[in-house]
Amino acid sequence: MDHTSSYEPQTKFGKWWDDRLPIARLAHGQFVAFPTPRNLNYWWTFGGILTFFLASQIVTGIVLAMHYQPSAAEAFNSVEAIRRDVNFGWLIRNLHAVGASMFFIAVYIHIFRGLYYGSYKAPREVLWILGVLIFLVMMATAFMGYALPWGQMSFWGVTVITNLFSSINEIIPGLGTAIVEWLWGGFAVSGTTLNRFFALHYLLPFVIAGLVILHIWALHVAGQNNPTGLDIKTKEDAVPMYPYAVAKDAVGLFAFLILFAWFVFFLPDYLGHADNYIEADPLVTPPHIVPEWYFLPFYAILRAIPSKLGGVIAMFAAIAILVVVPWLDTSRVRSAKYRPVYKWFFWLLVISCLALGYLGAMPAEGAYVTWSRIFTFYYFAHFLLVMPIVGLIERPRPLPRSISESVLKSGAGAPEGAAAAPETR
Amino acid sequence: MRVTKASLAALAFLFGGAVATPALAAGDAVHIDRQSWSFSGFTGQFDRAQLQRGFQVYKDVCAACHGLNRVRFRNLFEAGGPEFDEESVKALAASWPNQITDGPDDQGKMFERPALQSDPIRGPFKNNNEARAANNGALPPDLSLIAKARTTHYTGTWWAHPFSMLRDIATGYQEGGADYLYALLTGYQDPPEGFHLAEGMLYNAAFPGHQFAMPAMLSEDSFITYQDGTGSLDQNARDVAAFLAWSADPSLNERKRIGWLVILYLIVTTGLLYAGKRRIWAKAH
Repeated sequence: MDHTSSYEPQTKFGKWWDDRLPIARLAHGQFVAFPTPRNLNYWWTFGGILTFFLASQIVTGIVLAMHYQPSAAEAFNSVEAIRRDVNFGWLIRNLHAVGASMFFIAVYIHIFRGLYYGSYKAPREVLWILGVLIFLVMMATAFMGYALPWGQMSFWGVTVITNLFSSINEIIPGLGTAIVEWLWGGFAVSGTTLNRFFALHYLLPFVIAGLVILHIWALHVAGQNNPTGLDIKTKEDAVPMYPYAVAKDAVGLFAFLILFAWFVFFLPDYLGHADNYIEADPLVTPPHIVPEWYFLPFYAILRAIPSKLGGVIAMFAAIAILVVVPWLDTSRVRSAKYRPVYKWFFWLLVISCLALGYLGAMPAEGAYVTWSRIFTFYYFAHFLLVMPIVGLIERPRPLPRSISESVLKSGAGAPEGAAAAPETR
Repeated sequence: MRVTKASLAALAFLFGGAVATPALAAGDAVHIDRQSWSFSGFTGQFDRAQLQRGFQVYKDVCAACHGLNRVRFRNLFEAGGPEFDEESVKALAASWPNQITDGPDDQGKMFERPALQSDPIRGPFKNNNEARAANNGALPPDLSLIAKARTTHYTGTWWAHPFSMLRDIATGYQEGGADYLYALLTGYQDPPEGFHLAEGMLYNAAFPGHQFAMPAMLSEDSFITYQDGTGSLDQNARDVAAFLAWSADPSLNERKRIGWLVILYLIVTTGLLYAGKRRIWAKAH
């Protein structure tokens, strides 16, 4: 967002430093004086929540790596040693394992918020695509991380998912097998696979951090979207990030941390699977192999398609399709708040994703498959049919003239409140 | 900047979706009754006397076949567990029948020695093959994590499932393993008419598939009598399930105690931040 820097170094040293490396000026411009729309609601606090969880996962992960042993013989034992013998190891391990789930809850809310308010539309396409990339790398990181405790679900989850690549054999015979063996580092999932997954699991979070920097950069070029979807036009439409947006972000973050702490301290195993407390055994296949909850919608899509290759393509397409969303949506209006028809389809998409999540946890048989197909169809239809068509035929509701007008009209910016405040400006 | 009803509903939906996840076994799921445990819920703590009784059942019955390899003797006197007296645990370790293989000694030979308090609680078998050979091909699993490696499965209707999950989250239900172990130990029955039982197997109502290889070591007629003279199958099963829940999760007491403080801190801080946010935003209008 273009705005003139109001940074004034207060000390002699500050001035000296500012002439040489104006990093404080950068931080001041981007994170203190940065203009944020004054009507952001609490759904906008999830960006900050996600930043917190990235940092938290990296910190707890590094501590865990100090005690973890990435070998087939010792991985499971070392995780148990962390739970039992490392000081507060149980806490660090729970923070990391539950933290991954919270990261995904937050990222799904963040993505749906973007979809509802049209945050992907021009000029924010690159910002959105960077977000999709972050999501993709997050999924890879989480998948490899789940392999590390080397329990039964770790082992068999890795076996099933890596085997998906063998479906490429249907296009080029032999290529799929070659890729799978290359991923495994052998002819089966083994300690070698675990070792490389550990290396990549340590690397990818830093790739995410890099992408997050680009994501925030792109955000600060285009400026934040907001519930009205209108651009900031006047000074009255925006407030400086500090203290306004920061104060709100802090409330959102701490409220979310209550949920996090609830799971960490009272339900640490709820989001995992009991079978992962059994050490990996290549000779015993669990009756039902399921991924972690955050992959279940995609797992349901994979199993909804009757052909293996088709299922794999559909699963990856379900993520890839998000990249082209900015061009599939034909509406002139960003925010679904002013789109009476599209709004309903949005909630249908949310319901479809939740239903796919439920169906992904169920066995692939009978009515579960039928419903998986119905919701998979809607998932793709939403992007390929609803977004282009509804955007063209829908008559949006009248937009407010400006952000500040919308605030005053909704009553949230109660003028009486301003009068009552002792320090009115 | 109001959180609208619709957005609250959306959060509930998303939250529901987040929890609509732990994978469930399919049609073969057996309904397991929930028991009341001293360590259930968010205020729960282990009952020290119950853990001591449970250990007695483990020692006198289960230890004949099952190891407890991730639990060390010292854990038996540490805080949050059975909290036996340290000297008696040392004596117990020294007299534990399944000794520790150590070495090599000066002659290059491995040797057996009595366990120390820092040693794991070994079962009678040196390895899985020996265990299988002695048990008709079945493997008696190590019990250290059994209460976490087993759980119960939802068996109700699909539409009530999300509500059941929300209730479990709100009440902090994590005792599926103990519920299952209790049901298993009290679940030996005569097979129903027409049920084909494989050779050497016993019918157990709680076990998936009902074909269970473990003999009924506890029954209505044969159970462990505690020091105070009481004892029954039901009591033994309950106590050993609680003991195994501790073996799988020895930090539970500390976890739940700290948890309360953390939640309280977060609620108060969120409230203060919200009050601060309102003051700050009052200036913006």
